[in-house]
Amino acid sequence: MHTNFTPEEQNFEQEVQTFFKDKYPSDIKRKQDYAIPLIKEDFIRWQKVLFTQGWAAINWPVEYGGTGWSTVQKYIFANEMAKANAPAIVPFGLGMVGPVIYTYGNEEQKQRFLPDIAASNVWWCQGYSEPGSGSDLASLKTRADRDGNEYVLNGTKTWTTLGQMADWIFCLVRTSSDVARKQEGISFILVDMKTAGVSVRPIITIEGDHEVNEVHFEDVRVPLSNLIGEEGKGWTYGKVLLQHERTSIAGVARSEYRLNRLKDKIKNANMTQPSLQNDSNFLRKIAALEIELKALEYTELRTLAAVSVGKAPGPESSLLKIRGTEIQQCLDELFMEAAGYFSLPYVPNQYSLESKEINHVGFGSDSVSSLQYFNNRKASIYGGSNEIQKNIIAKHVLGL
Amino acid sequence: MDFSITEEQSALKDVISRFIDNEYDFERRMKIADGDDAFNQEVWNFFVEQGFTAIPFSEQDGGLDGGNIEIMLIMKEIGRGLVLEPFLENIVLAGGILKRLGTVEQKERWLSEIINGEIQATVAFTEPQSRFNLNDIATTAKKQNNQFILNGKKSFVLNGADADLIIIPARTSGSQSDTHGITLFGISKLTDGIIFNTYKTIDGHSATEISITNLEIATDCVIGNVDEGYECLEETIDEATLAICAEAIGIMRSLHDKTVEYSKNRVQFGIPIGGFQALQHRMVDNLMACEQSESLLLWAIMTDQKNKRKSKKAISGLKYQIGTAGKHVGQEAVQLHGGMGISWELDIAHLFKRLSALEILFGNADFHLQRFINLSES
Repeated sequence: MHTNFTPEEQNFEQEVQTFFKDKYPSDIKRKQDYAIPLIKEDFIRWQKVLFTQGWAAINWPVEYGGTGWSTVQKYIFANEMAKANAPAIVPFGLGMVGPVIYTYGNEEQKQRFLPDIAASNVWWCQGYSEPGSGSDLASLKTRADRDGNEYVLNGTKTWTTLGQMADWIFCLVRTSSDVARKQEGISFILVDMKTAGVSVRPIITIEGDHEVNEVHFEDVRVPLSNLIGEEGKGWTYGKVLLQHERTSIAGVARSEYRLNRLKDKIKNANMTQPSLQNDSNFLRKIAALEIELKALEYTELRTLAAVSVGKAPGPESSLLKIRGTEIQQCLDELFMEAAGYFSLPYVPNQYSLESKEINHVGFGSDSVSSLQYFNNRKASIYGGSNEIQKNIIAKHVLGL
Repeated sequence: MDFSITEEQSALKDVISRFIDNEYDFERRMKIADGDDAFNQEVWNFFVEQGFTAIPFSEQDGGLDGGNIEIMLIMKEIGRGLVLEPFLENIVLAGGILKRLGTVEQKERWLSEIINGEIQATVAFTEPQSRFNLNDIATTAKKQNNQFILNGKKSFVLNGADADLIIIPARTSGSQSDTHGITLFGISKLTDGIIFNTYKTIDGHSATEISITNLEIATDCVIGNVDEGYECLEETIDEATLAICAEAIGIMRSLHDKTVEYSKNRVQFGIPIGGFQALQHRMVDNLMACEQSESLLLWAIMTDQKNKRKSKKAISGLKYQIGTAGKHVGQEAVQLHGGMGISWELDIAHLFKRLSALEILFGNADFHLQRFINLSES
């Protein structure tokens, strides 16, 4: 029983560290450090750096341009990425639709879509939730009716993250209503966002930012060849994808990075807010969080160890999602508490222009802490709300 | 990275697990707890015969060269079976002091006898005023000619009534809370000058209050150097803390499993209560508490023991978790069992009580959270 890396794994760790030191663009790092929202160009530039290195499609098989990394290598990479505070890979293409296409798509679809996903040439978004279908995803109503060699789509998708930047959307749509279970009759279809009848409307979220959208489909005609796998089997494909999503949103390494930043903030508080250093209640909250996070790190390692000997990440990934997001949100709270009064100014763009830095309000990224806190209330809601995760564990692990 | 255990470790786990399942059922356990004796000698003999008592000692000391992983495997089963026999007191506490600081002569005189089951032993690690501070020692030992004279009180001495050897930390110099100036003495129970007040504890175990008046101790009963016993005491208590955290996890898992099972069978309003979402989510919370605790146990075990600050910190982190998550799982298991959860005849109540005692033992959650902070890099 040990958590040591082999010499090969240590070399790999070195290699990854060097990569982030040399190749991670400093202007993007600055934005990350001040929590300035990245624009599409930033995401793409960064992901192309990863692609050039051969490290964009982490989980993909080698034959489609993936890394072929072991579980431990993936773990090391995720850790170093968090330590460098590099932007996480936007998941919709590389993390979500890519795996569905190489697992369930036909040869023509693989050749058509995968290279552009790997190279971040084409930007994807996810069309799952609908105004009437949140946690009860299978009740979705967007229809795709066959008409000759086309589907005709009608309906509305919502909470579409970064939909305003996307070139394509992958959707779960209803191709048949004549079914015994609502999970049947759902299909997985790819839609070019430029198709006539597709419109995107922004949803402004609690912190005042434009991150998510509503996507409307009005008689949108899509070739039958955009169907992935079999008609009516979309629910199964979508579920596989959600398990991928859950493991990654635990975000253990990133929370560790943030915890260390919070500790640094307190260490340096003698220059700014000395009373924070002696606030024993606050220090105890941080310590309790550190312990909970350490536990989650080992829970994740145990899951990885199981995966690396061939066991699939099962419903336990729900546990990682629940605790992982709870910890993220607790960190958000603590950053806001640490900022005190300076969490209150609403000056979202104050760091966007470097020349104005001298006049900014608060210490470091204090004024962003509240925006992060409000924005990240989403973490326990998305990816299947934490209550849905508990339903999954109750059913599949406890057998209730 | 490897979370698997060896074949030998797996075999050890099987032996004790089978023993709990086949020969230490709840009925027998309660008979022992309700009896006059603090534990059952036959059961202890079995532990000796199986070599459990030799596990954490070096081959040179007559042991099997085991470590924390083996202790963890045993203690988890001890937790699950609510075992009353004094493995912690003899092997982890008294054995822990002797293996670290005992001379060859002392090891022959005491440690070998503990391993062979010939004597019972314990460590008197707390005093009425000290709460969880191991360094708060008012018991004095004054050098006089060729011996020491001890005076003071020791509280909550586990296995004290049966112990042939009681290891007593006493102050030979410094003020009451100094870590320097603490000396460890090995004392035979039959010595004049000690008064015992023995009682049962809430969890079916037993302990003793000890009053020491002008007790004369020969210098060859000093374990380690005079004034320098604290480090060994702290390390031993840390190892014991790790051990009881494993015991607590054995209990938590048992409470969780039994609760889920009960919820599948208990029918109310026409359906098993496990069908109610409000209860399902609470059982999921219990499962998560168990898994997170297990993860911290593995962290504490795998933390490099040579880095003392880190390994102490890990143990305090673990004990904090057990204090909080253990309380949660225990209270929820009782609540979900309804009236049955508070019945003396059901094991749930007794698992809960032992878990509650372990929350206090060697420092509660608040104490260890503060220690965790103090041990963090400044």
